Amino acid sequence: MSYLISTPGDVLTLLLQHLRMTGIALGIAIALAVPIALLVTRVRWLAVPVMGGLGILYTIPSLALIIFLVPLFGLNATSVIVAMVLYTQVILVRNLTVGLAGINPAVLEAARGMGMSVSQRWWRVQVPLVLPVFLAGVRIAAIVAIAIATIGAKFNAGGLGKLLFDGIQTNRYDKIVAGAIAVAALALVINGLLLALEHYAQPQRRSQPGQ
Amino acid sequence: MGNLQFDDVSLRFSGGARPAVNRVTCQVNSGEIVVILGPSGCGKTTLLKMVNRLYEPTGGNIFLDGVNIRHLKATTLRQQIGYVIQQSGLFPHMTVAENVAVVPKLLKWPKPQIQARIDELLALVKLPPGEFRDRYPAQLSGGQQQRVGIARALAGNPGIMLMDEPFGAIDAITRTALQDEILRLQSQLQKTILFVSHDVEEALRLADRILVMGQGEVVQFDTPFNLLTRPANNFVYNLLGADDMVRQLGLLRVASAMMALPPNYSNGHNPTLSHRDSLRDALSLILRTGAPALTVLEDGDPVGLLTLDHIRQSTVVGNGR
Repeated sequence: MSYLISTPGDVLTLLLQHLRMTGIALGIAIALAVPIALLVTRVRWLAVPVMGGLGILYTIPSLALIIFLVPLFGLNATSVIVAMVLYTQVILVRNLTVGLAGINPAVLEAARGMGMSVSQRWWRVQVPLVLPVFLAGVRIAAIVAIAIATIGAKFNAGGLGKLLFDGIQTNRYDKIVAGAIAVAALALVINGLLLALEHYAQPQRRSQPGQ
Repeated sequence: MGNLQFDDVSLRFSGGARPAVNRVTCQVNSGEIVVILGPSGCGKTTLLKMVNRLYEPTGGNIFLDGVNIRHLKATTLRQQIGYVIQQSGLFPHMTVAENVAVVPKLLKWPKPQIQARIDELLALVKLPPGEFRDRYPAQLSGGQQQRVGIARALAGNPGIMLMDEPFGAIDAITRTALQDEILRLQSQLQKTILFVSHDVEEALRLADRILVMGQGEVVQFDTPFNLLTRPANNFVYNLLGADDMVRQLGLLRVASAMMALPPNYSNGHNPTLSHRDSLRDALSLILRTGAPALTVLEDGDPVGLLTLDHIRQSTVVGNGR
Protein backbone atom coordinates (compact mmCIF):
# COMPACT_ATOMS: atom_id res chain seq x y z
CA MET A 1 0.00 0.00 0.00
CA SER A 2 2.74 2.40 0.98
CA TYR A 3 4.32 2.08 -2.47
CA LEU A 4 1.01 2.90 -4.14
CA ILE A 5 0.68 6.02 -2.01
CA SER A 6 4.29 7.17 -2.24
CA THR A 7 4.65 6.79 -6.03
CA PRO A 8 1.22 7.34 -7.55
CA GLY A 9 2.80 8.68 -10.76
CA ASP A 10 4.76 5.49 -11.52
CA VAL A 11 1.79 3.27 -10.78
CA LEU A 12 -0.48 5.44 -12.94
CA THR A 13 1.93 5.15 -15.91
CA LEU A 14 2.00 1.38 -15.57
CA LEU A 15 -1.78 1.27 -15.16
CA LEU A 16 -2.24 3.25 -18.38
CA GLN A 17 0.16 0.87 -20.20
CA HIS A 18 -1.86 -2.04 -18.87
CA LEU A 19 -5.16 -0.49 -19.94
CA ARG A 20 -3.79 0.41 -23.36
CA MET A 21 -2.67 -3.17 -24.04
CA THR A 22 -5.96 -4.59 -22.82
CA GLY A 23 -7.98 -2.06 -24.81
CA ILE A 24 -6.13 -2.61 -28.08
CA ALA A 25 -6.28 -6.39 -27.68
CA LEU A 26 -10.02 -6.38 -26.90
CA GLY A 27 -10.74 -4.05 -29.81
CA ILE A 28 -8.94 -6.30 -32.28
CA ALA A 29 -10.41 -9.44 -30.66
CA ILE A 30 -14.00 -8.16 -30.99
CA ALA A 31 -13.39 -7.04 -34.57
CA LEU A 32 -12.19 -10.57 -35.37
CA ALA A 33 -14.71 -12.51 -33.32
CA VAL A 34 -17.85 -10.94 -34.85
CA PRO A 35 -17.14 -12.06 -38.44
CA ILE A 36 -15.87 -15.46 -37.26
CA ALA A 37 -19.03 -16.03 -35.19
CA LEU A 38 -21.24 -14.95 -38.10
CA LEU A 39 -19.40 -17.30 -40.44
CA VAL A 40 -19.71 -20.19 -37.99
CA THR A 41 -23.42 -19.46 -37.56
CA ARG A 42 -24.05 -19.41 -41.33
CA VAL A 43 -21.75 -22.28 -42.34
CA ARG A 44 -22.64 -24.89 -39.77
CA TRP A 45 -19.94 -27.45 -40.54
CA LEU A 46 -17.25 -24.88 -39.71
CA ALA A 47 -18.41 -24.72 -36.10
CA VAL A 48 -16.61 -27.87 -34.89
CA PRO A 49 -13.16 -27.20 -36.43
CA VAL A 50 -13.19 -23.48 -35.60
CA MET A 51 -14.37 -23.86 -32.02
CA GLY A 52 -12.06 -26.86 -31.58
CA GLY A 53 -9.05 -24.93 -32.86
CA LEU A 54 -9.80 -21.93 -30.65
CA GLY A 55 -10.32 -24.26 -27.72
CA ILE A 56 -6.91 -25.85 -28.23
CA LEU A 57 -5.30 -22.39 -28.35
CA TYR A 58 -6.91 -21.64 -25.02
CA THR A 59 -5.27 -24.67 -23.39
CA ILE A 60 -1.73 -23.46 -24.20
CA PRO A 61 -0.29 -21.69 -21.13
CA SER A 62 -0.08 -17.97 -21.78
CA LEU A 63 3.63 -17.76 -20.98
CA ALA A 64 4.39 -20.48 -23.56
CA LEU A 65 2.14 -18.87 -26.17
CA ILE A 66 3.87 -15.49 -25.81
CA ILE A 67 7.28 -17.16 -26.11
CA PHE A 68 6.10 -18.73 -29.37
CA LEU A 69 5.07 -15.31 -30.64
CA VAL A 70 8.27 -13.44 -29.72
CA PRO A 71 10.21 -14.64 -32.81
CA LEU A 72 7.37 -13.39 -34.99
CA PHE A 73 6.52 -10.06 -33.36
CA GLY A 74 9.58 -9.25 -31.24
CA LEU A 75 10.16 -8.85 -27.53
CA ASN A 76 7.53 -6.13 -27.01
CA ALA A 77 3.90 -5.38 -26.36
CA THR A 78 2.86 -6.61 -29.82
CA SER A 79 3.55 -10.26 -28.97
CA VAL A 80 1.58 -9.89 -25.76
CA ILE A 81 -1.34 -8.22 -27.53
CA VAL A 82 -1.44 -10.96 -30.19
CA ALA A 83 -1.52 -13.58 -27.43
CA MET A 84 -4.39 -11.74 -25.72
CA VAL A 85 -6.31 -11.60 -29.00
CA LEU A 86 -5.84 -15.34 -29.59
CA TYR A 87 -6.85 -16.21 -26.04
CA THR A 88 -10.02 -14.15 -25.98
CA GLN A 89 -11.24 -15.45 -29.38
CA VAL A 90 -12.63 -18.65 -27.98
CA ILE A 91 -14.60 -16.77 -25.30
CA LEU A 92 -15.97 -14.11 -27.64
CA VAL A 93 -16.79 -16.41 -30.57
CA ARG A 94 -18.46 -18.94 -28.33
CA ASN A 95 -20.60 -16.38 -26.54
CA LEU A 96 -21.66 -14.77 -29.78
CA THR A 97 -22.56 -18.05 -31.52
CA VAL A 98 -24.40 -19.34 -28.45
CA GLY A 99 -26.18 -15.99 -28.15
CA LEU A 100 -27.23 -15.99 -31.80
CA ALA A 101 -28.38 -19.59 -31.61
CA GLY A 102 -30.32 -18.78 -28.45
CA ILE A 103 -32.63 -16.26 -30.08
CA ASN A 104 -36.14 -17.71 -30.17
CA PRO A 105 -36.77 -18.81 -33.79
CA ALA A 106 -40.38 -17.58 -33.48
CA VAL A 107 -39.03 -14.06 -32.92
CA LEU A 108 -36.87 -14.23 -36.04
CA GLU A 109 -39.73 -15.66 -38.06
CA ALA A 110 -42.01 -12.88 -36.87
CA ALA A 111 -39.38 -10.32 -37.92
CA ARG A 112 -39.14 -11.88 -41.36
CA GLY A 113 -42.89 -12.32 -41.70
CA MET A 114 -43.50 -8.68 -40.82
CA GLY A 115 -41.35 -7.54 -43.71
CA MET A 116 -38.01 -6.60 -42.13
CA SER A 117 -35.06 -6.76 -44.51
CA VAL A 118 -31.95 -8.75 -43.62
CA SER A 119 -30.17 -5.67 -42.25
CA GLN A 120 -33.25 -4.49 -40.34
CA ARG A 121 -33.55 -7.92 -38.74
CA TRP A 122 -29.86 -7.78 -37.82
CA TRP A 123 -29.83 -4.30 -36.28
CA ARG A 124 -33.31 -4.14 -34.80
CA VAL A 125 -33.73 -7.71 -33.55
CA GLN A 126 -30.59 -9.85 -33.53
CA VAL A 127 -28.08 -7.28 -32.25
CA PRO A 128 -30.18 -6.04 -29.32
CA LEU A 129 -31.06 -9.62 -28.33
CA VAL A 130 -27.53 -10.97 -28.55
CA LEU A 131 -25.85 -7.93 -26.99
CA PRO A 132 -26.25 -8.94 -23.32
CA VAL A 133 -24.80 -12.41 -23.99
CA PHE A 134 -21.99 -10.93 -26.07
CA LEU A 135 -21.18 -8.35 -23.41
CA ALA A 136 -20.95 -11.13 -20.84
CA GLY A 137 -18.31 -12.68 -23.12
CA VAL A 138 -16.51 -9.35 -23.45
CA ARG A 139 -16.42 -9.06 -19.68
CA ILE A 140 -14.81 -12.47 -19.20
CA ALA A 141 -12.44 -11.78 -22.10
CA ALA A 142 -11.44 -8.47 -20.50
CA ILE A 143 -10.54 -10.20 -17.23
CA VAL A 144 -8.50 -12.82 -19.10
CA ALA A 145 -6.79 -10.04 -21.08
CA ILE A 146 -5.93 -8.12 -17.90
CA ALA A 147 -4.37 -11.27 -16.46
CA ILE A 148 -2.27 -11.94 -19.57
CA ALA A 149 -1.20 -8.32 -19.75
CA THR A 150 0.29 -8.77 -16.28
CA ILE A 151 2.61 -11.47 -17.63
CA GLY A 152 3.43 -9.07 -20.49
CA ALA A 153 5.88 -7.26 -18.18
CA LYS A 154 8.22 -10.24 -18.58
CA PHE A 155 8.31 -9.49 -22.32
CA ASN A 156 9.15 -5.84 -22.11
CA ALA A 157 5.55 -4.77 -22.59
CA GLY A 158 5.25 -2.73 -19.39
CA GLY A 159 2.03 -2.68 -17.42
CA LEU A 160 1.27 -3.38 -13.77
CA GLY A 161 3.04 -6.74 -13.99
CA LYS A 162 6.30 -4.79 -13.94
CA LEU A 163 5.67 -3.98 -10.27
CA LEU A 164 5.25 -7.66 -9.48
CA PHE A 165 8.29 -8.91 -11.38
CA ASP A 166 10.54 -6.04 -10.24
CA GLY A 167 9.43 -6.67 -6.69
CA ILE A 168 10.23 -10.39 -6.92
CA GLN A 169 13.66 -9.70 -8.41
CA THR A 170 14.62 -7.06 -5.85
CA ASN A 171 12.84 -8.57 -2.86
CA ARG A 172 10.63 -5.47 -2.59
CA TYR A 173 7.47 -6.80 -0.95
CA ASP A 174 5.87 -3.36 -1.02
CA LYS A 175 6.13 -3.40 -4.83
CA ILE A 176 4.67 -6.91 -5.07
CA VAL A 177 1.74 -5.99 -2.84
CA ALA A 178 1.21 -2.74 -4.72
CA GLY A 179 1.20 -4.56 -8.07
CA ALA A 180 -1.18 -7.26 -6.85
CA ILE A 181 -3.59 -4.74 -5.40
CA ALA A 182 -3.49 -2.61 -8.52
CA VAL A 183 -4.15 -5.54 -10.90
CA ALA A 184 -6.94 -6.89 -8.72
CA ALA A 185 -8.53 -3.46 -8.41
CA LEU A 186 -8.32 -2.95 -12.17
CA ALA A 187 -9.95 -6.32 -12.85
CA LEU A 188 -12.72 -5.59 -10.34
CA VAL A 189 -13.44 -2.13 -11.72
CA ILE A 190 -13.52 -3.29 -15.37
CA ASN A 191 -15.72 -6.21 -14.39
CA GLY A 192 -18.09 -3.87 -12.58
CA LEU A 193 -18.28 -1.42 -15.48
CA LEU A 194 -18.97 -4.13 -18.05
CA LEU A 195 -21.53 -5.74 -15.76
CA ALA A 196 -23.36 -2.41 -15.57
CA LEU A 197 -23.25 -2.16 -19.36
CA GLU A 198 -24.66 -5.68 -19.67
CA HIS A 199 -27.46 -4.77 -17.32
CA TYR A 200 -28.19 -1.63 -19.30
CA ALA A 201 -28.41 -3.62 -22.55
CA GLN A 202 -31.28 -5.69 -21.19
CA PRO A 203 -34.23 -3.35 -20.74
CA GLN A 204 -36.66 -6.27 -20.59
CA ARG A 205 -35.00 -7.63 -17.46
CA ARG A 206 -34.30 -4.27 -15.92
CA SER A 207 -37.91 -3.63 -14.96
CA GLN A 208 -39.97 -5.50 -12.44
CA PRO A 209 -42.08 -8.42 -13.67
CA GLY A 210 -45.72 -7.42 -13.74
CA GLN A 211 -47.36 -10.56 -12.50
CA MET B 1 -59.03 -5.60 -50.55
CA GLY B 2 -57.69 -8.95 -49.47
CA ASN B 3 -58.84 -11.28 -52.21
CA LEU B 4 -56.53 -14.29 -52.35
CA GLN B 5 -56.24 -16.87 -55.07
CA PHE B 6 -54.20 -20.07 -55.15
CA ASP B 7 -53.64 -21.37 -58.65
CA ASP B 8 -52.27 -24.91 -58.84
CA VAL B 9 -49.82 -24.20 -55.98
CA SER B 10 -47.31 -26.89 -55.05
CA LEU B 11 -44.24 -27.02 -52.86
CA ARG B 12 -41.84 -29.92 -52.72
CA PHE B 13 -39.02 -29.49 -50.21
CA SER B 14 -35.72 -30.81 -51.49
CA GLY B 15 -35.41 -34.38 -50.31
CA GLY B 16 -39.13 -34.68 -49.53
CA ALA B 17 -40.73 -37.97 -50.54
CA ARG B 18 -43.97 -36.27 -51.55
CA PRO B 19 -44.84 -32.60 -52.05
CA ALA B 20 -45.64 -30.81 -48.79
CA VAL B 21 -48.37 -28.99 -50.70
CA ASN B 22 -49.73 -30.56 -53.85
CA ARG B 23 -51.61 -28.64 -56.56
CA VAL B 24 -53.81 -26.47 -54.39
CA THR B 25 -56.28 -24.34 -56.27
CA CYS B 26 -58.78 -22.27 -54.34
CA GLN B 27 -60.09 -18.79 -53.84
CA VAL B 28 -60.41 -16.90 -50.56
CA ASN B 29 -62.81 -14.01 -50.76
CA SER B 30 -62.27 -10.59 -49.31
CA GLY B 31 -63.48 -10.29 -45.71
CA GLU B 32 -63.76 -14.03 -45.21
CA ILE B 33 -62.32 -16.12 -42.36
CA VAL B 34 -60.94 -19.31 -43.84
CA VAL B 35 -59.53 -21.87 -41.42
CA ILE B 36 -57.04 -24.33 -42.85
CA LEU B 37 -57.66 -27.51 -40.89
CA GLY B 38 -55.84 -30.79 -40.91
CA PRO B 39 -53.62 -33.16 -38.95
CA SER B 40 -49.95 -32.31 -38.35
CA GLY B 41 -47.81 -32.66 -41.43
CA CYS B 42 -50.72 -32.09 -43.80
CA GLY B 43 -49.12 -28.98 -45.29
CA LYS B 44 -51.43 -26.39 -43.76
CA THR B 45 -48.68 -24.17 -42.31
CA THR B 46 -46.63 -24.57 -45.50
CA LEU B 47 -49.58 -23.37 -47.56
CA LEU B 48 -50.02 -20.37 -45.24
CA LYS B 49 -46.36 -19.39 -45.36
CA MET B 50 -46.35 -19.33 -49.13
CA VAL B 51 -48.77 -16.40 -48.96
CA ASN B 52 -46.17 -14.13 -47.34
CA ARG B 53 -43.37 -15.87 -49.20
CA LEU B 54 -41.65 -17.35 -46.19
CA TYR B 55 -41.76 -20.34 -48.52
CA GLU B 56 -41.66 -20.05 -52.29
CA PRO B 57 -43.91 -22.44 -54.20
CA THR B 58 -42.13 -24.83 -56.53
CA GLY B 59 -45.17 -24.79 -58.80
CA GLY B 60 -48.19 -22.60 -59.46
CA ASN B 61 -48.96 -19.02 -58.49
CA ILE B 62 -50.62 -17.05 -55.73
CA PHE B 63 -52.49 -13.85 -56.47
CA LEU B 64 -53.28 -11.17 -53.90
CA ASP B 65 -55.96 -8.81 -55.20
CA GLY B 66 -55.14 -10.05 -58.69
CA VAL B 67 -51.40 -9.38 -58.42
CA ASN B 68 -49.04 -12.33 -58.67
CA ILE B 69 -47.11 -12.12 -55.40
CA ARG B 70 -43.93 -13.28 -57.15
CA HIS B 71 -43.88 -9.89 -58.83
CA LEU B 72 -43.80 -8.02 -55.51
CA LYS B 73 -40.74 -7.43 -53.37
CA ALA B 74 -40.94 -9.93 -50.51
CA THR B 75 -40.54 -7.27 -47.80
CA THR B 76 -43.15 -5.01 -49.43
CA LEU B 77 -45.59 -7.93 -49.68
CA ARG B 78 -45.05 -8.91 -46.04
CA GLN B 79 -45.59 -5.37 -44.79
CA GLN B 80 -49.06 -5.53 -46.39
CA ILE B 81 -49.95 -8.77 -44.63
CA GLY B 82 -50.67 -9.17 -40.94
CA TYR B 83 -48.85 -12.15 -39.47
CA VAL B 84 -49.64 -13.80 -36.15
CA ILE B 85 -47.80 -16.92 -35.02
CA GLN B 86 -47.93 -19.37 -32.16
CA GLN B 87 -46.09 -18.20 -29.01
CA SER B 88 -46.78 -14.68 -30.35
CA GLY B 89 -43.17 -14.12 -31.47
CA LEU B 90 -43.16 -10.74 -29.74
CA PHE B 91 -39.79 -8.99 -29.67
CA PRO B 92 -38.68 -9.47 -26.05
CA HIS B 93 -36.44 -6.38 -26.04
CA MET B 94 -39.23 -4.04 -27.16
CA THR B 95 -42.12 -2.69 -25.12
CA VAL B 96 -45.69 -3.47 -26.11
CA ALA B 97 -45.89 -0.10 -27.86
CA GLU B 98 -42.62 -0.67 -29.74
CA ASN B 99 -43.78 -4.11 -30.83
CA VAL B 100 -47.01 -2.70 -32.22
CA ALA B 101 -45.09 0.10 -33.95
CA VAL B 102 -42.80 -2.21 -35.95
CA VAL B 103 -44.69 -2.33 -39.23
CA PRO B 104 -45.83 1.34 -39.18
CA LYS B 105 -42.15 2.25 -38.69
CA LEU B 106 -41.13 0.03 -41.61
CA LEU B 107 -43.84 1.78 -43.63
CA LYS B 108 -42.32 5.11 -42.50
CA TRP B 109 -45.52 6.53 -41.04
CA PRO B 110 -45.11 9.91 -39.29
CA LYS B 111 -44.49 9.61 -35.55
CA PRO B 112 -47.75 11.12 -34.23
CA GLN B 113 -49.72 8.79 -36.48
CA ILE B 114 -47.81 5.77 -35.14
CA GLN B 115 -48.42 6.84 -31.53
CA ALA B 116 -52.13 7.29 -32.20
CA ARG B 117 -52.26 3.93 -33.94
CA ILE B 118 -50.65 2.17 -30.96
CA ASP B 119 -53.28 3.52 -28.56
CA GLU B 120 -56.09 2.76 -30.99
CA LEU B 121 -54.99 -0.86 -31.46
CA LEU B 122 -54.31 -1.56 -27.79
CA ALA B 123 -57.77 -0.29 -26.97
CA LEU B 124 -59.16 -2.47 -29.76
CA VAL B 125 -57.64 -5.64 -28.28
CA LYS B 126 -58.74 -4.54 -24.79
CA LEU B 127 -55.34 -3.79 -23.29
CA PRO B 128 -55.70 -0.29 -21.79
CA PRO B 129 -52.79 1.68 -23.36
CA GLY B 130 -52.02 3.56 -20.16
CA GLU B 131 -51.34 0.31 -18.37
CA PHE B 132 -49.76 -1.80 -21.11
CA ARG B 133 -47.87 0.52 -23.50
CA ASP B 134 -44.56 0.42 -21.64
CA ARG B 135 -44.59 -3.18 -20.46
CA TYR B 136 -42.27 -5.80 -21.85
CA PRO B 137 -43.64 -9.08 -23.28
CA ALA B 138 -42.15 -11.06 -20.38
CA GLN B 139 -44.45 -9.12 -18.07
CA LEU B 140 -47.62 -10.27 -19.86
CA SER B 141 -49.67 -13.47 -19.60
CA GLY B 142 -49.87 -15.76 -22.65
CA GLY B 143 -53.29 -14.43 -23.59
CA GLN B 144 -52.15 -10.81 -23.26
CA GLN B 145 -49.08 -11.53 -25.37
CA GLN B 146 -51.25 -12.94 -28.11
CA ARG B 147 -53.51 -9.87 -27.95
CA VAL B 148 -50.41 -7.75 -28.51
CA GLY B 149 -49.47 -10.13 -31.34
CA ILE B 150 -52.84 -9.47 -32.96
CA ALA B 151 -52.55 -5.71 -32.46
CA ARG B 152 -49.06 -5.78 -33.96
CA ALA B 153 -50.30 -7.72 -36.99
CA LEU B 154 -53.12 -5.20 -37.51
CA ALA B 155 -50.87 -2.16 -37.11
CA GLY B 156 -50.07 -1.54 -40.78
CA ASN B 157 -53.77 -1.86 -41.60
CA PRO B 158 -53.32 -4.92 -43.82
CA GLY B 159 -56.17 -6.25 -45.95
CA ILE B 160 -55.26 -9.79 -45.10
CA MET B 161 -54.15 -11.55 -41.92
CA LEU B 162 -52.29 -14.84 -41.69
CA MET B 163 -52.65 -16.60 -38.35
CA ASP B 164 -50.56 -19.71 -37.77
CA GLU B 165 -52.09 -21.65 -34.86
CA PRO B 166 -52.06 -18.45 -32.82
CA PHE B 167 -53.90 -19.91 -29.84
CA GLY B 168 -52.31 -23.36 -29.89
CA ALA B 169 -50.29 -22.87 -26.72
CA ILE B 170 -52.96 -21.07 -24.72
CA ASP B 171 -55.24 -22.55 -22.06
CA ALA B 172 -58.78 -23.47 -23.07
CA ILE B 173 -60.61 -20.62 -21.33
CA THR B 174 -58.31 -17.91 -22.64
CA ARG B 175 -58.41 -19.52 -26.08
CA THR B 176 -62.19 -19.27 -26.19
CA ALA B 177 -62.00 -15.62 -25.13
CA LEU B 178 -59.46 -14.89 -27.88
CA GLN B 179 -61.59 -16.68 -30.46
CA ASP B 180 -64.53 -14.49 -29.47
CA GLU B 181 -62.20 -11.54 -29.78
CA ILE B 182 -61.29 -12.54 -33.34
CA LEU B 183 -64.96 -12.77 -34.26
CA ARG B 184 -65.66 -9.38 -32.67
CA LEU B 185 -62.68 -7.76 -34.41
CA GLN B 186 -63.68 -9.35 -37.68
CA SER B 187 -67.20 -7.92 -37.48
CA GLN B 188 -65.59 -4.48 -37.01
CA LEU B 189 -62.67 -4.68 -39.41
CA GLN B 190 -63.67 -7.09 -42.19
CA LYS B 191 -60.18 -8.43 -42.89
CA THR B 192 -59.50 -11.50 -44.95
CA ILE B 193 -58.21 -14.00 -42.43
CA LEU B 194 -56.37 -17.20 -43.23
CA PHE B 195 -56.14 -19.16 -40.00
CA VAL B 196 -54.24 -22.41 -39.54
CA SER B 197 -55.56 -24.76 -36.88
CA HIS B 198 -55.60 -28.42 -35.97
CA ASP B 199 -58.41 -27.82 -33.48
CA VAL B 200 -61.77 -28.78 -35.00
CA GLU B 201 -63.86 -26.82 -32.53
CA GLU B 202 -61.79 -23.72 -33.16
CA ALA B 203 -62.24 -24.15 -36.91
CA LEU B 204 -65.98 -24.62 -36.62
CA ARG B 205 -66.32 -21.61 -34.31
CA LEU B 206 -64.31 -19.18 -36.37
CA ALA B 207 -64.56 -20.15 -39.98
CA ASP B 208 -66.81 -18.85 -42.69
CA ARG B 209 -65.29 -21.67 -44.68
CA ILE B 210 -62.90 -24.46 -43.72
CA LEU B 211 -60.18 -25.74 -46.01
CA VAL B 212 -59.62 -29.34 -44.95
CA MET B 213 -56.18 -30.59 -45.93
CA GLY B 214 -54.63 -34.04 -45.85
CA GLN B 215 -51.26 -35.12 -47.25
CA GLY B 216 -50.68 -31.76 -48.88
CA GLU B 217 -53.93 -31.72 -50.80
CA VAL B 218 -57.25 -29.99 -50.37
CA VAL B 219 -59.75 -32.61 -49.28
CA GLN B 220 -62.77 -30.35 -48.97
CA PHE B 221 -63.31 -26.60 -48.91
CA ASP B 222 -66.72 -25.62 -47.66
CA THR B 223 -68.75 -24.00 -44.92
CA PRO B 224 -68.73 -25.65 -41.46
CA PHE B 225 -72.37 -26.55 -41.94
CA ASN B 226 -71.74 -28.32 -45.24
CA LEU B 227 -68.64 -30.09 -43.92
CA LEU B 228 -70.64 -31.51 -41.02
CA THR B 229 -73.72 -32.38 -43.02
CA ARG B 230 -72.07 -33.39 -46.31
CA PRO B 231 -68.49 -34.51 -45.58
CA ALA B 232 -66.67 -35.42 -48.81
CA ASN B 233 -65.28 -38.65 -47.40
CA ASN B 234 -64.54 -40.58 -44.23
CA PHE B 235 -61.38 -38.53 -43.58
CA VAL B 236 -63.43 -35.35 -43.23
CA TYR B 237 -66.19 -37.18 -41.37
CA ASN B 238 -63.76 -38.54 -38.80
CA LEU B 239 -61.67 -35.38 -38.58
CA LEU B 240 -64.72 -33.31 -37.74
CA GLY B 241 -66.16 -35.90 -35.40
CA ALA B 242 -69.38 -35.61 -37.33
CA ASP B 243 -70.97 -38.50 -35.43
CA ASP B 244 -71.36 -36.54 -32.19
CA MET B 245 -74.69 -34.82 -32.76
CA VAL B 246 -74.91 -32.73 -29.62
CA ARG B 247 -71.39 -31.44 -30.14
CA GLN B 248 -72.24 -30.64 -33.71
CA LEU B 249 -75.24 -28.62 -32.61
CA GLY B 250 -73.04 -26.72 -30.21
CA LEU B 251 -70.74 -25.72 -33.05
CA LEU B 252 -73.22 -24.76 -35.72
CA ARG B 253 -74.57 -21.28 -35.74
CA VAL B 254 -78.31 -20.67 -35.87
CA ALA B 255 -77.83 -18.63 -39.03
CA SER B 256 -76.66 -21.72 -40.92
CA ALA B 257 -79.87 -23.71 -40.35
CA MET B 258 -82.66 -21.12 -40.14
CA MET B 259 -85.17 -20.39 -42.88
CA ALA B 260 -85.76 -16.93 -44.19
CA LEU B 261 -88.69 -15.01 -42.77
CA PRO B 262 -91.86 -15.88 -44.64
CA PRO B 263 -93.45 -12.89 -46.41
CA ASN B 264 -96.50 -13.00 -44.12
CA TYR B 265 -94.37 -13.06 -40.97
CA SER B 266 -95.84 -11.12 -38.11
CA ASN B 267 -93.98 -10.54 -34.93
CA GLY B 268 -95.67 -13.32 -32.94
CA HIS B 269 -94.98 -14.78 -29.55
CA ASN B 270 -91.94 -16.85 -30.56
CA PRO B 271 -89.01 -16.87 -28.20
CA THR B 272 -86.04 -15.11 -29.80
CA LEU B 273 -82.32 -15.73 -30.04
CA SER B 274 -79.37 -14.24 -31.88
CA HIS B 275 -78.23 -15.48 -35.29
CA ARG B 276 -74.81 -16.08 -33.71
CA ASP B 277 -76.14 -18.49 -31.09
CA SER B 278 -75.50 -22.19 -31.56
CA LEU B 279 -78.10 -24.74 -32.62
CA ARG B 280 -77.57 -26.32 -29.24
CA ASP B 281 -78.79 -23.10 -27.60
CA ALA B 282 -81.73 -23.17 -29.98
CA LEU B 283 -82.60 -26.77 -29.13
CA SER B 284 -82.37 -26.00 -25.46
CA LEU B 285 -84.67 -22.98 -25.90
CA ILE B 286 -87.24 -25.04 -27.82
CA LEU B 287 -87.24 -27.81 -25.21
CA ARG B 288 -87.45 -25.31 -22.37
CA THR B 289 -90.26 -23.16 -23.75
CA GLY B 290 -92.12 -25.77 -25.81
CA ALA B 291 -92.50 -23.18 -28.57
CA PRO B 292 -92.98 -24.54 -32.10
CA ALA B 293 -90.59 -22.01 -33.65
CA LEU B 294 -87.96 -19.49 -32.68
CA THR B 295 -87.44 -16.05 -34.18
CA VAL B 296 -83.83 -15.33 -35.07
CA LEU B 297 -82.65 -11.78 -34.49
CA GLU B 298 -79.74 -9.92 -35.99
CA ASP B 299 -78.96 -6.61 -34.30
CA GLY B 300 -82.44 -6.79 -32.73
CA ASP B 301 -84.30 -7.23 -36.03
CA PRO B 302 -85.96 -10.53 -36.96
CA VAL B 303 -84.12 -12.19 -39.85
CA GLY B 304 -85.33 -15.81 -39.82
CA LEU B 305 -87.28 -18.62 -38.24
CA LEU B 306 -86.03 -21.86 -36.74
CA THR B 307 -88.01 -24.98 -35.88
CA LEU B 308 -87.11 -28.38 -34.47
CA ASP B 309 -87.25 -29.72 -38.04
CA HIS B 310 -84.54 -27.33 -39.16
CA ILE B 311 -82.32 -28.50 -36.34
CA ARG B 312 -83.00 -32.14 -37.16
CA GLN B 313 -82.26 -31.59 -40.85
CA SER B 314 -78.86 -30.11 -40.06
CA THR B 315 -77.85 -33.31 -38.29
CA VAL B 316 -79.63 -36.00 -40.32
CA VAL B 317 -77.77 -35.50 -43.58
CA GLY B 318 -74.36 -36.26 -42.14
CA ASN B 319 -75.69 -39.20 -40.17
CA GLY B 320 -76.91 -40.96 -43.29
CA ARG B 321 -73.45 -42.17 -44.20
